[in-house]
Amino acid sequence: MDNKISIKAAHKTFGEGERGIVALQGVNLDIARNEFVTFVGASGCGKSTLLRCIGGLETLSSGSIEVDGVPISGPGVDRAMVFQHYSLYPWLTVMDNIKFTRKLQAGREDLTSADVEAASGRADALLDLMGLTHVCDAYPNQLSGGMQQRVAIARALLPRPQILLMDEPFGALDAQTREVMHDLILHVSKLEKTTIVFVTHDVEEAIYLGQRVVVMAPRPGRIDSIYPVELPAKRDQDMKLSPEFMQQKKAILHRIRETAGMRTDYELLERMTRQAEQQKDKQ
Amino acid sequence: MSAAKPTSSLERLCAAWCRLWMIRGHLSRRTYLMFALVGLLFPLAVWWGVSVSGWMDKVFMPGPADVLSRTYVWFKEDDLMHDVWISTYRVIAGFSLSAVLAIPLGLMIGTYRPVQAMLEPLTDFIRYMPAVAFIPLVMLWVGIDESSKIAIIFIGTFFQMVLMVAEDVRRVPITQIEAAQTMGANRREIVSLVIVPSAKPALLDTLRVTMGWAWTYLVVAELVAANSGLGYSILRAQRFMQTDKIFAGIILIGLIGLAIDQLFRWLHRKNFPWMYKK
Ligand SMILES: Nc1ncnc2c1ncn2[C@@H]1O[C@H](COP(=O)(O)OP(=O)(O)OP(=O)(O)O)[C@@H](O)[C@H]1O
Ligand SMILES: [Mg+2]
Repeated sequence: MDNKISIKAAHKTFGEGERGIVALQGVNLDIARNEFVTFVGASGCGKSTLLRCIGGLETLSSGSIEVDGVPISGPGVDRAMVFQHYSLYPWLTVMDNIKFTRKLQAGREDLTSADVEAASGRADALLDLMGLTHVCDAYPNQLSGGMQQRVAIARALLPRPQILLMDEPFGALDAQTREVMHDLILHVSKLEKTTIVFVTHDVEEAIYLGQRVVVMAPRPGRIDSIYPVELPAKRDQDMKLSPEFMQQKKAILHRIRETAGMRTDYELLERMTRQAEQQKDKQ
Repeated sequence: MSAAKPTSSLERLCAAWCRLWMIRGHLSRRTYLMFALVGLLFPLAVWWGVSVSGWMDKVFMPGPADVLSRTYVWFKEDDLMHDVWISTYRVIAGFSLSAVLAIPLGLMIGTYRPVQAMLEPLTDFIRYMPAVAFIPLVMLWVGIDESSKIAIIFIGTFFQMVLMVAEDVRRVPITQIEAAQTMGANRREIVSLVIVPSAKPALLDTLRVTMGWAWTYLVVAELVAANSGLGYSILRAQRFMQTDKIFAGIILIGLIGLAIDQLFRWLHRKNFPWMYKK
């Protein structure tokens, strides 16, 4: 078995007693080395919670998460994380933000000049890839939301993490930048054999990126179903228009809708309209 | 862009006037200074008007000219500079002592829950005891020399400062801290490389605000137990019915406070350029 991450009977409750919220219940999942797994599901179904547990920022109430067969006990450099909201350091320039992990290491060990050079070479390459070279001396609050998120991704990638955990990282990006980022992240995962766990609301994004799409259901948060993606490994934007892609997108969307337990109540809408019209007639 | 272009100069003036009153609008530096000048000169003019109109007895309401000439006499004959210096020294000493102790303590309270649980309720409690009420005790314990004035300023500012520093530290966004954790930072590194730099601008603002309070407590301390300084001079002027000197003392304290405030603002802009770039 070549599992990178094993989630075993993961259970997470926020709060205590009757009023506790079960955010994760009995989650079991094995993620292979260099696999790209995407998570979708209705709001509040525990996607972020699961990701934060893998990242070590949240501890499980019971069950375990193993990385390379070793149970995790907290955050670690092997698991980089890109957050839903901006987590950059506003007092550092773009370049210094990206090199933050380097700064941490430099404080601890004696780095040879070759190490330092290699790191700044990689930082430059990442800046270039992300289209940020021209703003490398700017501060985060001088950048647009999308640019800030690209800085956050570059910062996460700098130390060549084995696992990349991403929570709706492209939510703030426009459609074109998003496509570029998709292909970039696919490229990085292939080249550096990164295992990626990716949370999103966008089913199309989930299918395009993932080798498996995991659908989660809320109340209590759990894995509902898993959809293996049957697209060629070498993705291409046009694939999004293929019948297979559409079919799968439809199936997953339907499944999410069912699990969410929310649907458009046409009766209620019509009643509202009727009431509004009656009001108007009276006047 | 609005469709209709203002044609007459009157209309254009109206439009410019309306733009000034936009909610959270923007003022050019020149306009800002103009408004600030109006705000400062208007009360001065009213004061001057009242004093020359003869409404009020000069003994109770000296005019700006009287205050100016009294300040000059004070400077020439009564060693004004010594009073200014000794008061400033007391404020800076008391305030610095406060800051040196309050910043690390507030940092601990804002960072570690057990420290918060242990010290915050206590600090909150002491904060509500009026610092002025400690004066008799301070005089008993510390005596009436310089250190008693410094102690009173310390008591007046320290407890507030601790709580404000703790709050500044707690306001550091949790995602900034979590990001550092996922990048492998240990506790010490999170404090020194994330929490402190992130809270620094707010900390400097806290210092600026508490510096104002330090001046208030200086006057209190000097009114009670001193034989020099601006506050003491104000008190003595009252004894001799020198209202103009009281005015001069109050205005001087205000001016020194304003200068220090501006110094803090300047430091803020100088040290945190990233907050001012957009
Ligand atoms: N720190 C917390 N304290 C208490 N409850 C929490 C906490 N974090 C999450 N929850 C609860 O756990 C459940 C799952 O939250 P989570 O953020 O993981 O959902 P999500 O799937 O990421 O939702 P979204 O798609 O809106 O981001 C929610 O009901 C939420 O209210
Ligand atoms: Mg979420």
